[in-house]
Amino acid sequence: MSTPAAVELKDLRKSFGKTEIIRGTNLVVAPGERVAIIGPNGAGKSTLFNLISGRFGATSGEILLHGKRIDGLLPYEINRLGLARSFQITNIFPRLSVFENLRCGLLWSMGYRYAFWKFLANLKDANARASELLHMIRLDSKRDTLAMNLTYAEQRALEIGITIAGGAGVILLDEPTAGMSKSETTRFIELIREVTAGKTLLTVEHDMGVVFGLADKIAVLVYGEVIAFDTPDAVRANPRVQEAYLGAQTQDSLHADRAAPSPIPPSAREQPVPPGPRSAQG
Amino acid sequence: MTASPFSNTGRWIVWGAFVMALFVAPLLFSSSLSVSMLSQIGVAIVACLSYNMLLGQGGMLSFGHSVYSGLASFVAVHAMLGIADGSFPIPVSLIPLVAGFAGAAFAVVLGYVTTKKAGTPFAMITLGLGELVFAMSLMVPEFFGGEGGVSANRVVGKPFLGITYGPQIQVYYLLAIYTVVCTAAMFAFTRTPLGRMLNAVRDNPERVEFVGYSTQRVRYVSFIIAGFFAGISGGMYALNFEIATAEVVGALRSGGYLLFTFLGGATFFFGPIIGGVLMVLAAVLLSEITKAWQLYLGLVFLFMVMYAPGGIASLVMLNLRVAMHRKLGRLSASYAMLAATGLVMLAGFAALIELVYQLQLGSQQSTKLRFFGLVLDTHSPTSWLGALAVVAVGFAAFEWVRRRFAVLWGQVQGEIEAEAAFKQPNEVPRGTYDSRREGDAAQAAVAGTP
Repeated sequence: MSTPAAVELKDLRKSFGKTEIIRGTNLVVAPGERVAIIGPNGAGKSTLFNLISGRFGATSGEILLHGKRIDGLLPYEINRLGLARSFQITNIFPRLSVFENLRCGLLWSMGYRYAFWKFLANLKDANARASELLHMIRLDSKRDTLAMNLTYAEQRALEIGITIAGGAGVILLDEPTAGMSKSETTRFIELIREVTAGKTLLTVEHDMGVVFGLADKIAVLVYGEVIAFDTPDAVRANPRVQEAYLGAQTQDSLHADRAAPSPIPPSAREQPVPPGPRSAQG
Repeated sequence: MTASPFSNTGRWIVWGAFVMALFVAPLLFSSSLSVSMLSQIGVAIVACLSYNMLLGQGGMLSFGHSVYSGLASFVAVHAMLGIADGSFPIPVSLIPLVAGFAGAAFAVVLGYVTTKKAGTPFAMITLGLGELVFAMSLMVPEFFGGEGGVSANRVVGKPFLGITYGPQIQVYYLLAIYTVVCTAAMFAFTRTPLGRMLNAVRDNPERVEFVGYSTQRVRYVSFIIAGFFAGISGGMYALNFEIATAEVVGALRSGGYLLFTFLGGATFFFGPIIGGVLMVLAAVLLSEITKAWQLYLGLVFLFMVMYAPGGIASLVMLNLRVAMHRKLGRLSASYAMLAATGLVMLAGFAALIELVYQLQLGSQQSTKLRFFGLVLDTHSPTSWLGALAVVAVGFAAFEWVRRRFAVLWGQVQGEIEAEAAFKQPNEVPRGTYDSRREGDAAQAAVAGTP
């Protein structure tokens, strides 16, 4: 226990009205680990991200970032402590150029804060870093294009670029490949792997190909509880996971939960899901 | 990008032209009315530019910007009184600066409450604060001077190099210097980290929170800076008119800032400069031509919101782009027809407006009024129907021409896009902080397509 976990959740709970979405989640992510969170629609994956990043306040429980409690802090305070996130729905600055988008993402971390007595053009370190990011996300040729005029895949890349711009050590990616074609996804995974090298990564993902290709560990979230947290192979073999989440699918078509029977009421969770071929697994 | 922001040759030309225009204007228009108007234009430019820091750059729709310019005007008048009785010995030339700090101080206090919120709540709070300050101005006569306001004399203190600020022309040049310096400073602001983050807050406040910035703080600091420049314009006003009355903190003035900033073009840095010029021309000249000038103003505003929401600045920039691609000639016939049919429509509207105005206010004397050589009668159905018919015909013709123009405009823009695709993407004029940003939206707006 010499180095604290990068992210630790302790009995985290979140209710919206009477509905409890996150029901006592526990999770310990070690520094440098890549964790994918999977689970059926409505399992609370995005809510979990919103809690960790400070978008929502938790009902109870603790969230620790490098051993320091961050639950109750505001999003920008959490970001300043070294945690950045991307969004499921593209969340960029549409009327600013690609370069400006990236620069906005890193100004705070480079200490420029609310400066109105310095010219942006003279901030050599910030501009160099923004150009470097531009290259990393492979948008050099779109430097001066308005973000709203980019293609969807380019906007997703920019979304990642803004997220990593501030140099945060813990990165949360909320469905980074949502809505992308197969070939785009493959290239995009390469990009994510590259730009998050050496960082702690948490990602919500539907595409099982992406999950098994990217993650060191997989956390399976079902109805607000982590029912398994282990290496991809172990998770695949876990009977509880198969029952609750992967049940109806063969291993080869483990392709998102779009096909999975998601609207199972919580009370029915212990019952077997509709029978399906499981022989291919193991 | 890495060069200094003021090194661009084109920019030097634009700024040089701006300074020259301010310098030469009183030599060309030397009557006392002209010089007085030019002085007011300087005041209006600074006010509208400071307003646009909120509206155009920060997406903050304020209905109470005159609070900061107006309160600063009162402080400036009191400072002038202080110079006169020796209790506040500073040069008269520094009055606008004092007012600027006063404006910023009021923004520190009132802005703290205002910028807690964004969007509609922000607008509502500014409206409420505006009403509050206006009501207070009539309740605290010690500071606001009650109905009559507070007046002072600007010819006080020791003359500097023979400058007494007695003659209007001396005041004009002082205000011109303030106008240039403030314009440059506000332009520089758009190129700073805070200025850029303000754009980011306007575009997507939520995302800003996740890159380490407090949107509230970005709005608050920017609001104080806008308050500072509003204060300077208030001090310039006080120096020019030597009086501050309750009207300067009133909602009408705040509305004027909004209206003319929008007319000039909130999406471009120089838009509010055009707006400031129009504000004075409308208030001084248009009001000379017709008593119903505010009705015409409303009409123009309505028309602009419908057909060119990017304001005059966006029309200028879009046509500049067309001209740079040598395609303006193809549009000239359409422009002429648009102007002709628009004038017919305007003539009809004007006749209606004048008839209504005569009916409301002039009917004690006579039912008849002269209108461009015609005699109209408020009791004659022919006059009313005739005016209505002119409007209807004008509108039908205008719509017919406009639809054809929209198609032609779309063609020309398509060709320009195709040409630009072969060249570097930086063909568009780059004179403003966001000249390329609004291109698409404004194009669609001009062409009348959603």
